[in-house]
Amino acid sequence: MSALITARELRKEFGDFVAVDGIDFDVAPGESFGFLGPNGAGKTSTMRMIGCVSPITSGTMSVFGLDPATDGPAIRARMGVVPQADQLDSELTVVENLVIYGRYFDIPRAECKRRAAELLDFVQLTDRADQRVDPLSGGMKRRLTIARSLMSEPDLLLLDEPTTGLDPQARHILWDRLYRLKQRGVTLVLTTHYMDEAEQLCDRLVVMDDGRIVAEGSPRGLIEQHATREVLELRLHREALGESASATADEDAAALDAIDGIGDRQEVLPDRVLIYAYDGEAALAEVHRRGIEPVGSLVRRSSLEDVFLRLTGRTLID
Amino acid sequence: MGTPTVVRVWESEFAVYRKIWTSHVLLAFVQPLLYLLGIGVGVGALIDVNADSASALGGISYFAYLAPALLATTAMISAGQASLWQVLDGFFWGNRYRAMAATPLTPSDIASGLALWHATRASIGVTGVAAVLVFFDETRSWGLLVAIPVAVLTGLAFALPISAWSSTRYGGGSFPTIIRFGLLPMFLFGGAFFPIEELPGWLQPVAYVTPLWHGIELCRGAVIDSVSAGNVGVHLAVLTAYATAGWVACRITFARRLAP
Repeated sequence: MSALITARELRKEFGDFVAVDGIDFDVAPGESFGFLGPNGAGKTSTMRMIGCVSPITSGTMSVFGLDPATDGPAIRARMGVVPQADQLDSELTVVENLVIYGRYFDIPRAECKRRAAELLDFVQLTDRADQRVDPLSGGMKRRLTIARSLMSEPDLLLLDEPTTGLDPQARHILWDRLYRLKQRGVTLVLTTHYMDEAEQLCDRLVVMDDGRIVAEGSPRGLIEQHATREVLELRLHREALGESASATADEDAAALDAIDGIGDRQEVLPDRVLIYAYDGEAALAEVHRRGIEPVGSLVRRSSLEDVFLRLTGRTLID
Repeated sequence: MGTPTVVRVWESEFAVYRKIWTSHVLLAFVQPLLYLLGIGVGVGALIDVNADSASALGGISYFAYLAPALLATTAMISAGQASLWQVLDGFFWGNRYRAMAATPLTPSDIASGLALWHATRASIGVTGVAAVLVFFDETRSWGLLVAIPVAVLTGLAFALPISAWSSTRYGGGSFPTIIRFGLLPMFLFGGAFFPIEELPGWLQPVAYVTPLWHGIELCRGAVIDSVSAGNVGVHLAVLTAYATAGWVACRITFARRLAP
């Protein structure tokens, strides 16, 4: 099947500032595709170009085989958009928000009401239907925003940081709903700076940094390619114990020397050292054998966070 | 086919208006009524005893002079209410227009839909004032039916340029200034309460180039039989020019804001 979205050498400039610096990607129908990267990587600018609300500066892009520059309304008619910040009508009730939004697509009012009832059920807000939007919690507003984006029964759903700012429980509810949409065959394109979100939702993703794509693949594939199976996290710093700064600096340097060579690779971060190894426990045993007693240690599976760190030398959330 | 895009935008504005319509309609009735009673009748009683004032007013009572002007001034004040915070909210706080721009609607559709809505809202307010004027002998005239669309046009001559300005803002800091140093002076000195010939000579041209005076002259001429509106063509041309320029400006500024 041909790609739903195709971009080649896609660029977006705002004056002198280059937000998106020549990226290529394809999204297949039914796929769940993610843009992963820190704030300012160019994810939102890319999403706005796909959503046909921001003209491309150069390169080519097609969505549904159409050109965003000339067919914006036709493309947007088949697309649902969940923006980073909720844009709900706070004066209106929950159900009115859905109906009015459906009218933007020229869906007849009666059909809007039918779909609204169905979608409120889907996002578990039926009991709030006639309440105003204002007092809803952040998670409920997000769910309502998702319901609103589905009013036009879109083939493609764009989600810009869908769970930023939500508590863990609200995030899991949202992921569950998005997973169901994916099962129904809706193509999802999302941005996130959360590793767990990308791993939960994306079949395939690109890692963006500074307006460019630095890696592409499935979450598992990227981890296998750019990280080891496990990671040993060590906290060596002793400042937390109230010892003097100069003494701890010397001690830390000595500790780093002592653990040199353990694992496949090491990353020294301001607050901890990451040791990439197939077997994290074995690496920890080796640390102890060399006489180093870290303040804290943790063995975990590698994640996309490690991939990002490897590719850019920076952590995702500074 | 289907519903025109501007009507879909209009529906959204109307849905929000339905939540607050009582206060808007009440204000459209009550405010002109207060001016009519307090200034038209009250102050008018002092003015009408002076033969010189009657001739300055064109041989009519002060009440008859002031009352029709309130059609145009109410349209202006109401346009101000609907074009400042309410418009910026769609781009900045509530982002309603951003939500619309993600649908098949374009920034131009949104600008034109808003223009249609401004016309509707002004019609509601101006009709409220006209309904008040029907209660008084001096202003009970078929001319009110002409004055209503003229006052609506006056409202658009303010609402559309102000909406264009609002859509470029990132906060409401300049809005009180627009009201205090723009709309309020026009209300006081634009020919509603006294003829602009009473202004210092250098100020009179200011009245000629602002829309309100033209709207007031037309409304007064339509409602009061013995008063001429002057050059009707020029008055209408000025009002239409402001409204059209504002509409074109909205289409440009909305596109810049929504699709950078």
